[in-house]
Amino acid sequence: MANIIISQAVDGSLTFYMPKKDLEEKVQSLEFTQADKWGGELKLASGQSYYIDPIIEPRLPKSLRARRMD
Amino acid sequence: MGRALEGKNMTKLSKDEAQALINDVLEVYPAKAREDRAKHLDFADGGDGGESQKCVTSNRKSLPGVMTIRGCAYAGSKGVVWGPIKDMIHISHGPVGCGQYSRAGRRNYYIGTTGVDSFGTMNFTSDFQEKDIVFGGDKKLAKLIGELDQLFPLNRGISVQSECPIGLIGDDIEAVSKSSSREINKPVVPVRCEGFRGVSQSLGHHIANDSIRDYVFDREDGGSGPEPGPYDVAILGDYNIGGDAWSSRILLEEMGLRVVAQWSGDGTLAEMEQTPKVKLNLLHCYRSMNYISRHMEEKYGIPWIEYNFFGPTKIAESLRKIASYFDDSIKEGAEKVIARYQPMMQAVIDKYKPRLEGKKVMLYVGGLRPRHVIGAYEDLGMEVVGTGYEFGHKDDYQRTNEHVNNATLIYDDVTGFEFEEFVKRVKPDLVGSGVKEKYIFQKMGVPFRQMHSWDYSGPYHGYDGFAIFAKDMDMTLNNPCWGSIIPPWKQAGETEQAAVA
Ligand code: SF4
Repeated sequence: MANIIISQAVDGSLTFYMPKKDLEEKVQSLEFTQADKWGGELKLASGQSYYIDPIIEPRLPKSLRARRMD
Repeated sequence: MGRALEGKNMTKLSKDEAQALINDVLEVYPAKAREDRAKHLDFADGGDGGESQKCVTSNRKSLPGVMTIRGCAYAGSKGVVWGPIKDMIHISHGPVGCGQYSRAGRRNYYIGTTGVDSFGTMNFTSDFQEKDIVFGGDKKLAKLIGELDQLFPLNRGISVQSECPIGLIGDDIEAVSKSSSREINKPVVPVRCEGFRGVSQSLGHHIANDSIRDYVFDREDGGSGPEPGPYDVAILGDYNIGGDAWSSRILLEEMGLRVVAQWSGDGTLAEMEQTPKVKLNLLHCYRSMNYISRHMEEKYGIPWIEYNFFGPTKIAESLRKIASYFDDSIKEGAEKVIARYQPMMQAVIDKYKPRLEGKKVMLYVGGLRPRHVIGAYEDLGMEVVGTGYEFGHKDDYQRTNEHVNNATLIYDDVTGFEFEEFVKRVKPDLVGSGVKEKYIFQKMGVPFRQMHSWDYSGPYHGYDGFAIFAKDMDMTLNNPCWGSIIPPWKQAGETEQAAVA
């Protein structure tokens, strides 16, 4: 489990940021994006994927815990 | 290699030429290094719309063996973020060199009496000796903090900026800070910004931002400042280099806003504590303070916007953007400010544009400048043909796309060799970079401005700053000294020389 921050990029897409590694990547897809269920599998532009436990849609930016999937 | 290429009267590069140039420059590296560096060099191909999302690789460890221009995490924290907070004492914890060789080099101006109530240009260090490394320096630090508070009773707090050895020997600066803070009854902020962390000063900015979040915002009885007002804003990421924050601040105040905090140029602890109560955070240097802006957005619900106070076009754009967050009185105020300065700026442009028009500039700086100053050059009719960041991240390069024209060279963490070759080939009329690059290019006969601390000039932000910027660029570019680079006894071979150099 790692701390990450999900935020809104300038172009409206989501950005994944891992402070520990100073790693910033574009989010390619997020499994759930409904108002009452948000999260799940998170695919990054770099090809990695992470999992965040689904929650109600947060206000961004939001610090979350994520699990590496691959 | 670039040297072998014909580079006379180089005009703007085409995309193919840019790619060929990059390939040529890469050729000297061993295969592995070439592969690595290739990812950091590119050219813009998105046109004006910037729809292209391709980005160079950034924020990676520099290649061993090349000449990088980066700094360390300690530099990012002590030198950039914490250092300018003038009413706190920032201890360079560790050996004496890190602090002494960077002392007062950044020209963050401040008002106050140095050594009495302000400490910006002073160097405080725990001066580690062998025995401190062997037996640990915690006791020394505690003693030092006590002495500091006695000698400089008007300090408002202390920050402990760790240098490399602190992390290596495992000192517990958090514990010392906690007990010392109780003893002197002032905040003592431990900052884990050892130079070996991260790949550049960038992580130092982040660590410093986090320490502000943890030790300044969450401090009990902190933030008993003035009543918050409806027009409160904070300037973030302006380090008041040569007075930058001041020339920005007056514009915001003139349009009716109340600037309650400057982060961190000419800033104070009380200003930082007041910031969670502002209505809007204005972020100039995105790279070094986006972290704390994001935190305040998440925790206190304060929106933040990026603005750009380089050159009248961008200033007017930014003032309107800032005003759009407030009511009509502020919007009117912004228009009034723009209208008032417009004729003055026109006079500046009328005077300098004819002398500078069409000139090409190559930049290599840090933070926000590789993209932010482009507008100011364009206001003067100049063109930026190459730009790059020392320690930018992907988001910086994404933001750069919209500012650069087709085939503009983009170089991340450029090496001394690459930069020289690029300049030799592209032949810009002006190079803007740091002091380490300055004398190389000046000796090559290329006009150069040191764009980290404005070459001992400034301010460059704001309308007043633009007038100085324009004058400085003209003074550098059209200086007769460039015609005297080749000594008279070598004049005969001048044409030949010029083609090579
Ligand atoms: S890398 Fe370490 S030793 Fe060097 S200046 Fe930075 S903190 Fe000091």
